[in-house]
Amino acid sequence: MKNSLIIILFFTVGILCGFYEVIPRIFIENDLSSYALYLLIFLVGITVGGDSDSWKILQKEKLRIFLVPTTVVVGTLIGVGIASFFLSGINLRESLAVGAGFGYYSLSSIIISQISGKTLGVIALLANITREIFTLLFTPIIVKYLGKLAPIVSGGATSMDTTLPIITKFSGKDYALISIFSGTVLTILVPVLVTFILKI
Amino acid sequence: MLSVIFILILGITTGYLLKKKESFIKTADKLLLWSIYLLLFLLGISVGSNQTIIRNFAEIGFKAIILSLSGVAASIFLSYLVYRFFWKKNEK
Repeated sequence: MKNSLIIILFFTVGILCGFYEVIPRIFIENDLSSYALYLLIFLVGITVGGDSDSWKILQKEKLRIFLVPTTVVVGTLIGVGIASFFLSGINLRESLAVGAGFGYYSLSSIIISQISGKTLGVIALLANITREIFTLLFTPIIVKYLGKLAPIVSGGATSMDTTLPIITKFSGKDYALISIFSGTVLTILVPVLVTFILKI
Repeated sequence: MLSVIFILILGITTGYLLKKKESFIKTADKLLLWSIYLLLFLLGISVGSNQTIIRNFAEIGFKAIILSLSGVAASIFLSYLVYRFFWKKNEK
């Protein structure tokens, strides 16, 4: 939660700097290169590979554990796909790319703004922040009515870090490992799937 | 596309091989956080200087919330079914 606030702060300060033209434009446009993005993806890989816990769970839980991230992918893409028909000015492909952030707003918004432009990047940022905030706020209610997997699925890629504490608290310790696993799979999937959707 | 997958696999392998070196993983983790801060700060700057986005911010925000909630709602609904048929059955 603390990190989310810091991220929003950096983004907001950035908006103000841009709006009041504190920093020269040329500096910005040259700096946000794809190399910085590649570094980011590389670092995501290191933190996933360096965290061995998530691979051990695979042996304990049976194959059904794969159903959890699969549910997130299938459910989210169906949902945003349907929504895209009701929204003007955003097509199916763009909607699917925003949805494929699965709550990982920092990485998805950066990739999307590189490939499809700033407007869609901002939509991805806000949509995926909303996903995290929704999970933090509504986990107690959705567990009660829709089952213990609901907050893990709602959290998407964040279920391995920012929303993990609240999920563990309300779904129980047994579900913490499933949550970490699902979050890890989705974290790996986000850069791959978002790029795939926008470039194919 | 291919380069994203390649770099990701390279990162995972590097992390996996060096997972015993906790200081390395921790540094990567911190660096990751700061590069996210930097990139979002830069995204903020280009958003702030983009008149089209600033003028349409309410509309953009509305679209974002609709997309987010429909994605979450559909996946939670699906998870309810998955939970009932694959988890709850096995719990006493």
